[in-house]
Parts: sequence; C-alpha cells; structure tokens
Amino acid sequence: MNTAMTANGVIIDYGMGNLFSIKHACEQAGIEAKVTADVTALMQADLAILPGVGAFGDAMKTLHALDLVEPIKDFAATGKPLVGICLGQQILLEGSSEFGSHKGLGLIPGQVVRFDNPKIGETTLKVPNVGWSQIWDTKSEAAANASDTARPARWANTPLRSIDNGTYMYFVHSYYAVPDDDAVALTWTSYGDTVFCSSLMKGNVIAFQHHPERSATEGLSIYDNIKTMATTALRG
Amino acid sequence: MNIRIIPKLDIKGPNLVKGVHLEGLRVLGKPWWFAKYYYEQGADELIYMDAVASLYDRNSILEFVRQTSKEIFIPITVGGGLRTITDIREALRAGADKVSINTAAIKSPNLISEAANRFGSSTIVVGIEAQKQMDGSYEAFMENGREPTGKDVFAWAKQVEELGAGEIFLTSIGQEGTGKGYDIELTRRVAESVSIPVIAVGGAGTPEHVHDVISKGKADAVSMASMLHYNFIEHCDINKEDFCEEGNIIFLQSGKTSYRMNQASIGDIKRHLLENAVSCRPTA
Repeated sequence: MNTAMTANGVIIDYGMGNLFSIKHACEQAGIEAKVTADVTALMQADLAILPGVGAFGDAMKTLHALDLVEPIKDFAATGKPLVGICLGQQILLEGSSEFGSHKGLGLIPGQVVRFDNPKIGETTLKVPNVGWSQIWDTKSEAAANASDTARPARWANTPLRSIDNGTYMYFVHSYYAVPDDDAVALTWTSYGDTVFCSSLMKGNVIAFQHHPERSATEGLSIYDNIKTMATTALRG
Repeated sequence: MNIRIIPKLDIKGPNLVKGVHLEGLRVLGKPWWFAKYYYEQGADELIYMDAVASLYDRNSILEFVRQTSKEIFIPITVGGGLRTITDIREALRAGADKVSINTAAIKSPNLISEAANRFGSSTIVVGIEAQKQMDGSYEAFMENGREPTGKDVFAWAKQVEELGAGEIFLTSIGQEGTGKGYDIELTRRVAESVSIPVIAVGGAGTPEHVHDVISKGKADAVSMASMLHYNFIEHCDINKEDFCEEGNIIFLQSGKTSYRMNQASIGDIKRHLLENAVSCRPTA
C-alpha cells in the first residue's frame, strides 16, 4: 500500500460548524483538505467531508441556497468516500422532526429523532449529550457496556479498522439517527438507557455522530483510515 | 453518562498564570507545556482563559489557539474578554471549538442568543462567576471576579439557558485557587435549576473534592487548575529558565515545586472517580 500518496479532500463549507479542527485532522492524516463550497472542486476531490453544527432545518436550507444538494448526491454516486460528521451525519438521512419537519439528503433511509428523556435509574440526563462515550459494534454491547474490546471483524473494511470495540469518542448532540435498516449502523452507543446508532456506513457513504477530529489519537486514526480508503479507491 | 475532566489554563500574554480568588497571578510557565501534557494525559477537553484580555489585546491567546489546535485533538474552549460576535468568530476561526463569555453576556444578554443562533448552542458556553453573600445568596460577578452585577446567580443561570447557552462554566470566586474544595451548594443549586450541562470550577485540592462536586454537587463536568499545574511542575522535566521574563516569576525562580497546594494528576483524579462508581473516560 502506498501510504505516502496524498488524498485531495474537500470539506464542504456551508457556514455550519468548526471546520478548522476537521482541516487539522485531515492534514495530520495526509489529506490535503480544501474548505470550499465550490462544486467543481468537490467533484474533483478524492473524498468529501460534510461537517455541521447547529440545526437540521437551517443546514438543509443553506445547502439548498448554495445549490449544493444535487452536487453532494452526485458526489455520493461517484463511489468516492463521502463522510458526514455530527449534523453532517444527520442530514444524510431522509428527515428530521427537529423544530418542525425537515427533509434531508436521503442518502441513507431513516429519520433523525431527539433524545426522549434519557435516564439512569430515576435520574433524567441532560440534553444535549456532551462528552466522551463508547462506540460499540452491536446494540447489545452498547446497552450492556460490554467489556470485550477486541476489534470487531465487521469493522475490518471500514474507517474503524484500527480501533478497538468500545473506544471512547467525543459527542455533542441532542438528536440522533435512526436508520431504517440496522445493517447500515456501523456503531452503537448508549446515553443512559437510550441506545442509539452512532455511526453509519452504506457503501461509500460514511457518517459519524461523534467528532473523530476531537477524539484524540483514536479519532485521528479514523482519518488515516479514510485517507487509505480514498487512495485505495483512486488506484482502482 | 461520563463525567468530563477539563483542565483550565489561565493565560496572560506569553505565560500560564494562576492566582487565588482570581487575583495575585503568578507565572507558572509556558502554556504549551501544560496544554500538551494534559492532552497526552487524557484530559477530556481544555479551557483557555485570557486572564487580562479586557486590559490588553487578544492576539497572543489567539495565536496560542492557532498553534495548539493543530496538535491537540480534543475540544478547546476559549474565554476571557470576548465582547462581540466578531470576537467570537475570530476565536472559532483560530481553532477554538467553543467560546466562553461572561462580562459581555451580562452587559448584553442578547449576545448569547445571537451567538447561539449563528454558531450553534453547543458552541456557546456562558461563564458565571459566583460570589457568596453575607445573607447566603449568590451574586454573579464580571470582569474576572472584580465587578458585582447585582444579578442573582440562579436566576441568571436560568436566563442564560433560555437565551440558548449550551453549557455553564460556573466559578466559585470564594473557593477559586484555594484548594479547599468546590462550592457544593452553589454547584448543586445551579445544576438542578438548568437542563444544560454545568461545569464546576474553583477550589479543587484533591481527587475527593472532584468526586464530591459530582456526587453531591451534581456537576456534569469538572474543571481545575492549580492542583494539576503544581503536579505537572513537580513531575515534569521542564527547563524553568525557558519562559518569558514578564510578570511575577519569583515562584519559578525560587525553584519551589509547590506552594501549600495539594496536587494530583488527571490519572489520579480519574482513577479515584472510577473506584468510586463515577464513570469517565479512563486514561490510557
């Protein structure tokens, strides 16, 4: 494998969220990342990252206003990695009930819902969920806070191939994705008694509710793996 | 839910400083030594406070954010002297993940909602500096604990939540820098009156203090400075000559490693929490 090969990435700039930490994480991994809303640059990129912090409705409105909705779908159709992060994950789904009903990009069948009274025993947890939580291969491991941290075989050909089951990642969110098909859920995480899908992968469309770029060494290795996927795809 | 441990770095120009009751700032070294060490030791986030931003210009802290955000991959919050939407944008553009505002929010509460709308609630932390009064009430202060505002801390906490703040960074001025423990009553009353996370700061001297403010004070995250800084100074091989000769450097020149201050590392704190059934992200 030619790991020296750099990948050209585009971080889609639609005015939502801290793009700088993503850019820095890309640079660490050898991804030359351009922060831009330019469609030509997007279509030429080896991989695209869809970031986002804020509200689902605003994000979709802005993507429409910038004429980015169709180009993002076109990019997804090229087979090159499209990576959604946080709100950028959520808008890959079909819709959300956040502040009214909103239509998403629909690249992954499913909906986005708000935490509904997550609890530990009798104590209601705060929403948003802010902090470090573990990502697990299966729903039941997430529910049980399992102790077996062996690398899941299912993650072998995914951006998680280098990390252990139950690795801690940094989350900030009030909503989470509910895919129609559990098979597209790459990881599961619990917040109190609520178990939610924390990352998704459907072909070349990859998405994380957490922030790998803010999740220390393990998070950075996810960027390394994304780069490898992009350059491997390049060499055909 | 996993409790977050958030080292606080008070920065004055080129130096990391620490005082008592937010006053009497003493130079402890270069901020970069501390930031990088805490990141490697398993800090869950970092907070940088510009100790004198309202008196000086802000370029040095922004430059520090710019440098560190390239090498530190955990969330970084920047506070101190941020007055306007433009100031907030500059801090975020420098690489901060969140900003903490206090004085400007008190003077113009709409800044909270405007900033939350523009940058997302999760980006906006409101700092509340609380001073216990003779009658047992708590008053919010501003300008780094120097100026009273007449606002009741609990009413103000509810208001900042309604205005769209994502978290509250709650300082007990009375406990700050003393190492005598957090103000449990203050923290619990604020944490129970809002539904957003509350970060408690001020008074940590031992891992037990940290445990108390979580179990009794209901803090969602805990921040501390002196306890970690003095531990770092004692245990790390740093060249204490290698700092800018500016500010009160008598402590560093004295070669002392501590000053009536208990100390603990992030690992000590987290081990103590885990042994006492408080969940947190373990250190490596």
